[in-house]
Amino acid sequence: MMSLRRTAQVARHAVLDALPTVVGIVVLNFLLLHLVPGDAVDVLAGQSGSATAATMDAMRAQFGLDRDLWSQLLSYFVHLAHFDLGQSVRFGMPVSRLLLERIGNTLILMVTAQVLALILGILLGWIMATFAGRWLDRALSVLVLIFYSTPGFWIGLMAIVLFSVELGWLPNGGTGTLSVRLEGLPWLLDRARHLVLPALALASFFMAIYARLTRAALVEVQYQDFMRTAHAKGLHPLVVQLRHGLRNALLPVTTVAGIQLGNLLGGAVVVETVFNWSGMGQLALEAVQGRDFNVLLGVLLISSILVIVANAAIDLLHAWLDPRTERADA
Amino acid sequence: MSGVETLGRVLPVVALRQRRGWLRRALRTGPLVCGSAILALVVIIALMAPILFPGNPNDMVDVPAQWPGESAATPLGTDSMGRDVAAGLAYGARVSLLVGISSAVIGLLIGTTVGAIGGYFGGWTDRILARLTIIFQTIPSFLLVIVIVTIATPSAAIIALAIGVASWPTVARLVRAQYRSLRAQDFVMAARSLGYSAPRIIVCEILPNALPPIVVTTSVMVANAILIEAGLSFLNLGDANLISWGSMIGDGRALLRTAWFLTALPGSAIALTVLSLNLIGDGLNEVLNPRAGKE
Repeated sequence: MMSLRRTAQVARHAVLDALPTVVGIVVLNFLLLHLVPGDAVDVLAGQSGSATAATMDAMRAQFGLDRDLWSQLLSYFVHLAHFDLGQSVRFGMPVSRLLLERIGNTLILMVTAQVLALILGILLGWIMATFAGRWLDRALSVLVLIFYSTPGFWIGLMAIVLFSVELGWLPNGGTGTLSVRLEGLPWLLDRARHLVLPALALASFFMAIYARLTRAALVEVQYQDFMRTAHAKGLHPLVVQLRHGLRNALLPVTTVAGIQLGNLLGGAVVVETVFNWSGMGQLALEAVQGRDFNVLLGVLLISSILVIVANAAIDLLHAWLDPRTERADA
Repeated sequence: MSGVETLGRVLPVVALRQRRGWLRRALRTGPLVCGSAILALVVIIALMAPILFPGNPNDMVDVPAQWPGESAATPLGTDSMGRDVAAGLAYGARVSLLVGISSAVIGLLIGTTVGAIGGYFGGWTDRILARLTIIFQTIPSFLLVIVIVTIATPSAAIIALAIGVASWPTVARLVRAQYRSLRAQDFVMAARSLGYSAPRIIVCEILPNALPPIVVTTSVMVANAILIEAGLSFLNLGDANLISWGSMIGDGRALLRTAWFLTALPGSAIALTVLSLNLIGDGLNEVLNPRAGKE
């Protein structure tokens, strides 16, 4: 086990490492916001259809849109420090509250998909590595490559056709049944039933990535000296596989799982649309339709920060898995 | 006499060995050949689309929502607006390949430049560029593409640019690692002592040696770009003037219950094309980097 001091050290490094990235992302967000032709007031005026130049100027002053770029960036930072992401023009409420409402659903979907992808991917990769070069390995490799090449949202749509339209086993969308009020275990089961298809659709691509990685890492590790030593010590082959082989193969898999988090979020945007899953992705699309850039960039910012936090957690996990790791990417 | 005898005894073994060698080579180059064949087919269909299907693929040509085989004029059926699905697939191939290839080129240009400069010079330059790479790698690329496409008007060129801007970090990391290990090698020292300028060493001396992994990555980047474009046009954020596989899936979604082939066909086209590119990537990896896939 890792000592408390080392944990604290790794955690401090992770935070210090993440800070400039956060600042860079905030600045990029701000710049993107200013590339937008026209502003929120133009949209509002367009919607109401009866705005005069004077009322539009007054609204710009109210939103602080009439000041110069630097002071706007400064106030953007000050506001962010207070978790203030601005006001949504379309929804008429603070962006932070909108995000808080939706982030839970996206997290449930992402975490479930990531866990499913990791379990299935590592399992498949392990089977492929055990039978490396034989027909089972080749057959599974082709299957995995097909999943690696197929858009997850399309797998979701086809799964709806099969499991929901034809077989009627699972619901075709939504986060839960709306018509009846459920509590306790039935509620949980209902939520789980709604989660199965979207989570699997989102997981498919990432499962393929992890399976390919696990296979490659396990095949590579098979020839290492410590594996031969472990075998020579007379350890049970399964113990050698699990404690020595898989543990080492897990390092690249967890690293890539962290790198892929951003893509997982991107995939969630499309999968949420397919399954009417009311999360941040759907919110982003509603924002696109309403040209509500405060909301859109709020989603971008929060997702990026989510990725940073998760990667810091993975650094900690690495320090635990591999004592040689002083800090990631040193 | 004895020589002939020996030859007679040895020959079958040699033949067997040769046959095995052929089998091994086939298994090694199989993915490459297979992938190239599929991709060539897609490219031919894309190029021939205006000849095979003259006229606008967005025109109504038949009764709407006909299943494949129902009408001789439209062998793959028609969509909810009476458009020929076969024509849509052929024209969609053009969009997918065009966006895929051009965004990969953009991503490769940015990524190679950033990675090469950072990896070669090291120090502060490298630190700043590495930070920039991390920033772009952290931002979910699909969301970034959505934001860029929404800010500008969605056209095929803007979409390709956005995907390129969002996907360069992978290349940059790869190229940076290559340059870091190559810059300490003798041939770079020799070039430097001959007084070659830094740009000349970066482009003419190191780049050819760093190419193999970049080539492998290219096919994967085209594949990913096609997937991103498909997702984007599925969400109705693509080029509204062009018919693409993603937009066909999006349009077919409304008829998912009654005419699921409208969703199934373009999706299969995407999967097949991306699969061919991934096969090529795997095959190139085997050929250019033989130790990576050893068994």
